[in-house]
Amino acid sequence: MPNFIDRRLNPKDKSLGNRQRFLKRAREELKRTIKERVKSGKIADVDAEQNVSMPARGVNEPAFQPDSNSGERRHVLPGNREFAAGDRIPKRGGGGGAGNAGAGTGQSEDEFQFVLSREEVLDLFFEDLELPDMVKLNLKESVTFKRRRAGFSASGSPTNINVGRTMRNSYGRRIALRRPSRREIEALADEIARLETEPGGRNKHRQRLEELRQTLDSLERRRRRIPYVDPVDIRFNRFEPQPLPNASAVMFCLMDVSASMGEREKDLAKRFFVLLHLFLKRRYERIDIVFIRHTDEAGEVDENTFFYSKQSGGTVVSTALEEMLRVIRERYPANEWNIYAAQASDGENISGDSERCASLLHDELMGLCQYYAYVEIIDERETEIFGTTDNGTSLWRAYRIVDGEWPNFQMTRIAKPADIYPVFRKLFGKQPEMQLRK
Amino acid sequence: MGTASNLLFQSSDWNFETLAHTYDAIEEIALGDLGLDVYPNQLEIISSEQMLDAYSSVGMPLMYQHWSFGKRFVFEDHLYRRGRRGLAYELVINSNPCITYLMEENTMAMQALVTAHAAFGHNHFFKNNYLFRQWTDATAILSYMDFAKKYIAKCEERHGTPAVEAILDSAHALMEQGVFRYRRPPRLSSEKERERMRERLEYEEQTYSDLWRTLPPSGENNDPTQLEKELAERKKSLNLPEENLLYFLEKTSLILEPWQREILRIVRVIAQYFYPQRQTKVMNEGCATFVHYTIMNKLFDQGKISEGAMLEILQSHTNVVFQPGFDDPRFPGINPYALGFAMMQDIERICVAPTAEDRDWFPDIAGTGNWRETLLDAWANHRDESFILQFLSPALIRKFRLFLLTDEADDNFCEVASIHNERGYEALRGALARSYDIGVNQPDIQVMDVDLLGDRHLRLQHNVKDGVLLEENSRDSTLRHVRHLWGYEVSLAGVDAETGETLYECSTEELSD
Repeated sequence: MPNFIDRRLNPKDKSLGNRQRFLKRAREELKRTIKERVKSGKIADVDAEQNVSMPARGVNEPAFQPDSNSGERRHVLPGNREFAAGDRIPKRGGGGGAGNAGAGTGQSEDEFQFVLSREEVLDLFFEDLELPDMVKLNLKESVTFKRRRAGFSASGSPTNINVGRTMRNSYGRRIALRRPSRREIEALADEIARLETEPGGRNKHRQRLEELRQTLDSLERRRRRIPYVDPVDIRFNRFEPQPLPNASAVMFCLMDVSASMGEREKDLAKRFFVLLHLFLKRRYERIDIVFIRHTDEAGEVDENTFFYSKQSGGTVVSTALEEMLRVIRERYPANEWNIYAAQASDGENISGDSERCASLLHDELMGLCQYYAYVEIIDERETEIFGTTDNGTSLWRAYRIVDGEWPNFQMTRIAKPADIYPVFRKLFGKQPEMQLRK
Repeated sequence: MGTASNLLFQSSDWNFETLAHTYDAIEEIALGDLGLDVYPNQLEIISSEQMLDAYSSVGMPLMYQHWSFGKRFVFEDHLYRRGRRGLAYELVINSNPCITYLMEENTMAMQALVTAHAAFGHNHFFKNNYLFRQWTDATAILSYMDFAKKYIAKCEERHGTPAVEAILDSAHALMEQGVFRYRRPPRLSSEKERERMRERLEYEEQTYSDLWRTLPPSGENNDPTQLEKELAERKKSLNLPEENLLYFLEKTSLILEPWQREILRIVRVIAQYFYPQRQTKVMNEGCATFVHYTIMNKLFDQGKISEGAMLEILQSHTNVVFQPGFDDPRFPGINPYALGFAMMQDIERICVAPTAEDRDWFPDIAGTGNWRETLLDAWANHRDESFILQFLSPALIRKFRLFLLTDEADDNFCEVASIHNERGYEALRGALARSYDIGVNQPDIQVMDVDLLGDRHLRLQHNVKDGVLLEENSRDSTLRHVRHLWGYEVSLAGVDAETGETLYECSTEELSD
């Protein structure tokens, strides 16, 4: 008889530590992959599991290996059909084919695919955005639940015992089973004592005393058999996790797509949009994204067109704001939707239009929006010049005025990914108050 | 028991009771009929996830943590989830007691097959084959792995994961060069002894005083003769040339701390433990497959296995011993299961019903009829190379239609040197045997010289056979790992094994990081 051991219940994830070590090792490669993915994928896809392929470069394990392109080697192969000794078989290019048969199986590991969990993807995405840890945690937490009273249950932890309910059940059961009460028993005992103490009573009431004693005895036994509180009486408060009520939100992405916006600018803009989407997704159950691009005229487009197709023309920013206003009026009434807007531009605008933008925002849009974020993407060299000053493009100067008047307006200049987060700082500052909204 | 209930199991579901009495029936045939000799068995039921875990830690039940195992896990996990690769039905560990993992998903018929295959086939081979007997220590391995795991975890705690990882990376790169090929490795010292050694080291660490270092040198230069004598003694004690690089570095490197040496030792012990397995793939799998095939057929003949279950067993058996031809897209090389099993069946045939040709080729065993002893003897005393050289018959060469291809790197064609005919048998047999000789196929790299009192330059030599050089990228990065462990410059010279001519030379001095 051998020794059988059932290991199935042993702790799983024995390799979790190894997996984490591997991811740490491959971090640079993975980060690059995720960055590419953010660049080419959809905004909403960042917040999900990702299938990544891993070039073995950063994580190869070197060892002394024979070079397959040198020297003389011999292969014994099965399945000969037509060859005779002395036949010559031309090698296929690159050493493939039969000549390479002895190369072994190690090669297949050179590039391989695996799945990164949502947490792992977000970790990598956040890395050079320099978010405070608290914020990262907030974003990664998927849905917030609140425990809510939901009736009673027969099982639960002792801390949740509902005393009122339990005693009510106990009382009902005691009545139904006719558990003798203390008063009844005491009355009986008093009666016996009275009869016994009565002079000569012991003999006079012998019969009656006997009866009384028997009743008392049976009552006491009954009382012992039927407990005061039985496990079946006990009730617990029941709690149910309920998702916090989340309303819907719509997010407007506005971007200048004129020729001055290059690859770098678009990449930065995209990260900015992704981040806003993540923030919103955490708070709202349903998020619509509307993409509006503009040159000297604006139009609503799908995500692909938004990021990849090129359009030429001048730059009139106000057209985008008008288009946004139109879409809001048509589909997203402000009393039903939380409206967020993110605008990315290089700050260029046709002369005279910036003032119009500012007044559009001031008079109409800012009243409708929860939050309006504007980023101006500038060259890294320009950070030195513009840094903190109010000088800059006409659009920047015009928006500066709006910024002063509306607390829910945010603007900043960004030149590298780490600059993006400050735009959202205020959004987070407001958080407690926002959560109360229904 | 009635005739109908003679079956060991009826349905495809298994439970521990059926597992136990099926095991008993298998054991009866294995020990009684085949005369196997096994370690006590310990059968463990595991889930597919645990099987993946075991895969990634090179099949050991206990293993220290390292990112390369995570990489393997991630890789296997992906293939498995995509349905591109099934998992093994079992995994067996060369230990005493012999641990066999059975997958919970297996049907009862598969559990029976796997029990016969692993718990008796592999188990017998582990216990009796001379390589395993001499080079590995089945009783000590589990407690050693337990120690290794704890020790490395402790080092990570004390010195930080990156430092430990750096040593492990370098040690893993030299794993192939971390075995004794030509002399027997020292036995694993007992738990107690190791404990004592560690305590002593710890004591030394604790009582180490930096003050000693600041003492002025005590007349070192005054006595050159003494110095030379010391040098000569030291060189002699280094025991050069040395084939086991890890051993050499562990004992000789001047920059390693005691814990780093211990880690090198752990990696070296594991490499040594797996060394026999790599030399006996064909025999080990052949032995296990032959044993399960024989036992299952016997059980079927005794009416203990239903026809349905037998069909399932045969189907899986056929998959295992499937050998596609060289031009088949599925061709992965010669399947060790197929070759091993075919050769052992062939030995049985030669013993029982030999042809005239067999009598010519195998006068010792042809027609003797006692195939059991012949096989037991072969399993005990051969490794793949010698087994093929001794027992591959012309009949089998014809059956596999083997042919020999020579491949010169400079030519743009391969030449068919021999095929399965009278003139080719010997050459084919020799070449196939040679292809299983690790000593020939693995690069032979040895420590030649080191000037410990000079610039401490470590000189390695690669004995180049048949002009097969090393792949340059991996060679250079591996050399960097050697330097990491050695601490000073390292150079490698490729010397032709026959002519003694130096083919290439490279040194870490020339390598940029």
